[in-house]
Amino acid sequence: MLLEILLVVIKILIVITVLLLGVAYMTWLERKVIGHMQVRLGPTHVGWKGLLQPIADGLKLVAKEDIVPDMVDKPVYIIAPLLSLIPALSAFAVIPFADKFTLFGYQIQPYISDVNIGLLYVLALSSVGTYGLIMSGWASNSKYALLGSLRSSAQVISYETAMGLALIGPILLAGTVSLKGITEAQAGGLWYIVPQFVAFVVYLISAIAETNRAPFDLPEAETELVAGFHVEYSSMKFAMFFLAEYANMYVVSSIAAIVFLGGWNGPVLPGFVWFVLKVLFFMFFYLWLRATLPRLRFDQLMALGWKILIPIALANIVITSIVVYVIR
Amino acid sequence: MEQVIFYILAFVAIVSSLFMITRNSPVHSALWMLLTFFAVAGIFVQLDAEFVAAIQVLVYAGAILVLYLFVVMLLNPKSHGFIKVPFRYVIGVVASIIIVFQVLMTLKSSEVIGKLGWVTPQLAQELGNVKMFGKELFTTYLVPFEIASILLLIAMIGAIVLAKKD
Repeated sequence: MLLEILLVVIKILIVITVLLLGVAYMTWLERKVIGHMQVRLGPTHVGWKGLLQPIADGLKLVAKEDIVPDMVDKPVYIIAPLLSLIPALSAFAVIPFADKFTLFGYQIQPYISDVNIGLLYVLALSSVGTYGLIMSGWASNSKYALLGSLRSSAQVISYETAMGLALIGPILLAGTVSLKGITEAQAGGLWYIVPQFVAFVVYLISAIAETNRAPFDLPEAETELVAGFHVEYSSMKFAMFFLAEYANMYVVSSIAAIVFLGGWNGPVLPGFVWFVLKVLFFMFFYLWLRATLPRLRFDQLMALGWKILIPIALANIVITSIVVYVIR
Repeated sequence: MEQVIFYILAFVAIVSSLFMITRNSPVHSALWMLLTFFAVAGIFVQLDAEFVAAIQVLVYAGAILVLYLFVVMLLNPKSHGFIKVPFRYVIGVVASIIIVFQVLMTLKSSEVIGKLGWVTPQLAQELGNVKMFGKELFTTYLVPFEIASILLLIAMIGAIVLAKKD
């Protein structure tokens, strides 16, 4: 019993450490990749090829003065960054990184837990993440922050629907909502990106909107809103929003890799390497989009979500369920 | 161990719902309500009803309460409390007595407690929670399910008609 608890605690520590390192180096990669796409070099000074830049940035954020404006609603103002970071990190509790293996006679499952509602758990947590956005905007008592948070929560709620509906197609094919079950259902067979290509495209677009990234980064549109919901935040509280954003990107990329690209399945290389490669592919896709596309207008964003993506996702569910019914 | 966790969750649920109805700021009330939802979801997990727990968080916390917050934030009621109705304490007491009475009567008269269905917690564990839930919903309770979905559809169309009136 005690040993089991200890093992779980160690796993959680490993997952969170690797995730936070991943987040830190994602910022480095982002600056490098976008730099090269725009014929610049990106960070070069701190460490070899700027590799220590994320650590310098982290230290800077920790050492900065933590300013709490006068008229804020203090308890809510402090809770808001936590409310966005904690759901993003806890989503990793159910993500299966690799298959079970035996080491020194012990069977080790390299993921924290396998609950049979895996996908629903992740969706539920991502919907709770909205509170961080709303509360930070409201508690800051600033017009820019409030406008930004209203925008972002409207956007997140709208695209959550499309995202959930797009995931129903693969769930119907796999016959389970456990993430491990979905991975195993794709072993040896076709990855769901082939039969569910429409759902994949809908999911990808809504996942990018869900994480408030370019070209859907309206909540932070700096030219109109200064910085959106986190204008009034500084130091570590700002860093928490930053971490939450990147952790959420990793979450939706992992879900995409598991549900549509077969998770840890793949030839030759070990499962974990495949999983990481697939996730990194989606992360690169994020950067690629950011360097390529301009920001959408707000009405365009809403029209795309409600009038195009949701009807397509619904039609996909109807067709998939008919096909699944006929075949089985 | 399980008992201890249950009491903690129940305590959190009760205390946060008390805070929810006593706060002056409606936004704070909504946040306490969020905590209540989480505690109740935790109790559902303890009862091996993981699906209900996930839906509780997804629908109540993730959708309905967010819409509440939207309205509250945009209207921004300034004074203490939401509405100032004369006799509001009287109305509140009468309403809560009626609701308590109703709940007690339902528990006493119906077959809600005492009789077990064929789906036991063990079966749900083996076959998976979601699967069992779906099976029951689409066989035994198909008619109520369909009625509820038509009701929701009507409400949705009604909302669109009301909003588009120009």
